[in-house]
Amino acid sequence: MFGLDKKDASLLLIVAALVAFAPFLLNPFPEGSAMAQFNAGYPDLMQRFVIFGIFAIGFNILFGLTGYLSFGHAAFLGVGSYAAVWMFKLLSMNVIPAIALAVVTAGVFALIIGYVSLRRSGIYFSILTLAFAQMSFALAYSVLTPITGGETGLQLALDDPRIFGSATTAEGNIPVPGLFGLEMRDSAELVFGSWVFTFNVGYYFAAIIMLASFYLSIRIFRSPFGMMLRAVKSNQQRLNYTGLNPRPYTLAAFVISGMYAGLAGGLMASMDPLAGAERMFWTASGEVVLMTILGGVGTLIGPVLGAGLIKYMENIISKINSDILHSWFAFLPDGLEDLIVTLIYPFIGKGWHLTLGIVFMLVVIFLPGGLVQGGQKLAALFGSKKAKDPKNATTEPAE
Amino acid sequence: MGILEVKDVNKRFGGLQALGNVNLSVAENTCHAIIGPNGAGKSTLLNCLVGKLIPDTGSVMFDGQSVLGRTPFEINQMGISRVFQTPEIFGDLTVMENMLIPCFARRDGSFALHGIRSVLSEGELRDQAEQMLEEVNMLDKRNMHSASMSRGDKRRLEMAMCLVQNPKLLLLDEPTAGMARADTNNTIDLLKEIKEKRDITIAIIEHDMHVVFSLADRITVLAQGTPLVEDTPENIKGHPKVKEAYLGEAA
Repeated sequence: MFGLDKKDASLLLIVAALVAFAPFLLNPFPEGSAMAQFNAGYPDLMQRFVIFGIFAIGFNILFGLTGYLSFGHAAFLGVGSYAAVWMFKLLSMNVIPAIALAVVTAGVFALIIGYVSLRRSGIYFSILTLAFAQMSFALAYSVLTPITGGETGLQLALDDPRIFGSATTAEGNIPVPGLFGLEMRDSAELVFGSWVFTFNVGYYFAAIIMLASFYLSIRIFRSPFGMMLRAVKSNQQRLNYTGLNPRPYTLAAFVISGMYAGLAGGLMASMDPLAGAERMFWTASGEVVLMTILGGVGTLIGPVLGAGLIKYMENIISKINSDILHSWFAFLPDGLEDLIVTLIYPFIGKGWHLTLGIVFMLVVIFLPGGLVQGGQKLAALFGSKKAKDPKNATTEPAE
Repeated sequence: MGILEVKDVNKRFGGLQALGNVNLSVAENTCHAIIGPNGAGKSTLLNCLVGKLIPDTGSVMFDGQSVLGRTPFEINQMGISRVFQTPEIFGDLTVMENMLIPCFARRDGSFALHGIRSVLSEGELRDQAEQMLEEVNMLDKRNMHSASMSRGDKRRLEMAMCLVQNPKLLLLDEPTAGMARADTNNTIDLLKEIKEKRDITIAIIEHDMHVVFSLADRITVLAQGTPLVEDTPENIKGHPKVKEAYLGEAA
């Protein structure tokens, strides 16, 4: 189906189903209950899941296939965001031209940065990309203020031209991004007993683009081009002596993954039309590396899982505070309650990075193949059919 | 005029004269062996032929064109394939994928984007690859992870990857190093068969005299970076200079 073999097609369908029903799946706890804390089914977070999913899928095309670890991919995300906001300012509030320009601009940037950085490999390549990204960040933050808005970031204004759309709404407000009349922030709510499910236009728009990106990435993984990229990772010397030039292959992979990052950046700006230099900061580049490794480098679904897990922890664990902890452990005797709260406290709220760090270390040490490997081990443990077939669809090339 | 003409090639590494005035002519469709003690410059000479090293002076002509200044992949596209001393294969890929990559390289040149059609849809190249695997008796291993194979199998796979490109010149750098006697004999048989069946020129560097004398049509003896003698195997066997420089030690 769609030019995919059975395993890949079923993987795509499973992901499509998960994405389509995410508003239900991520909101399992009734509103107002103690566990509602862990509900992740609100539009803002769901949008972030799929957008960072796209970012990580693209990053995995470079890192997972060629083994070139770029430490500056956030630069393309930032460039994409700026390009999209400029389209909102100049052209119209339609997201299509904004996203198109974001992808193209990020692609051009990736071509330039990749052309220079790919002259080196290994740690030198990583450092070069990091240097370029930090340079972009510094430029966006200071020198390029007229284009990027500097410290305050790039925002929409009432006096923007918007030549193909209206500069202001009838009420005199700044218009919001939309797709031919559908506003990205529009939501429908379904109340079912004490459960509330939110269906957001922006989320479903981003989700459809994410599925398309995921499909494209599967096709790239299974194509001769993807095979060449894996050959680059495996043995560049042999590739050279087989009559193939590794440079254009890696550059093409770099540009494609840069365009994925630009797409993610454009979508971010479409959901919330502002862009700031901090999106290019090196921690943002590091985050996508963590997502990919956490989920499983070189696997199809891994990066999406990694992105989901990190964004979930960032948004849910960071919201837990000591009051909530006290209410959870209120049933314990006072002294014990205080002790347990004191022990757990460093891992929640602003300490969520500590939790992430521990999870990351555990995964890297015990599951070098990431969450995907964890899934495979679980499947093997329960003796399902998958376990008898060591070639899992997500990790092994089709033969 | 041979298919490969090496003229007055010099190569220095600092104070070491690795190659001094090397002249070598390999005739088309023959097997030419280069022998010599360790440090004689055999591998340096080979690296000068494939673009890994550039000689300080002299010229290397292949098929009427100079190879100097060209990159290894360009030289491969001219029709030279090389087998390494330790097998260089794509260890993360399956045997079949290892075979398909040289097929793509031969058909599409040094870079092609191919689109997003699946590798599985390339029926013609798959047939080509399978036929070659059949020839080296590895068809049953086509779905194996290539890194998990034995050294002998890796070597045969590497040889098959070179041969599937139909090279005009095949360079072998100690193809039987570290092989068991039986494997060595298999390799000799395979190479003999290839020589008979195809229009191919083979240049081989080898320490194992059994291999050299069963395959080579001509032998060049290198010592300290300079060719000592070049002759037929029969004459080399009895040559006093060679005995002194090389065979004497080996025996």
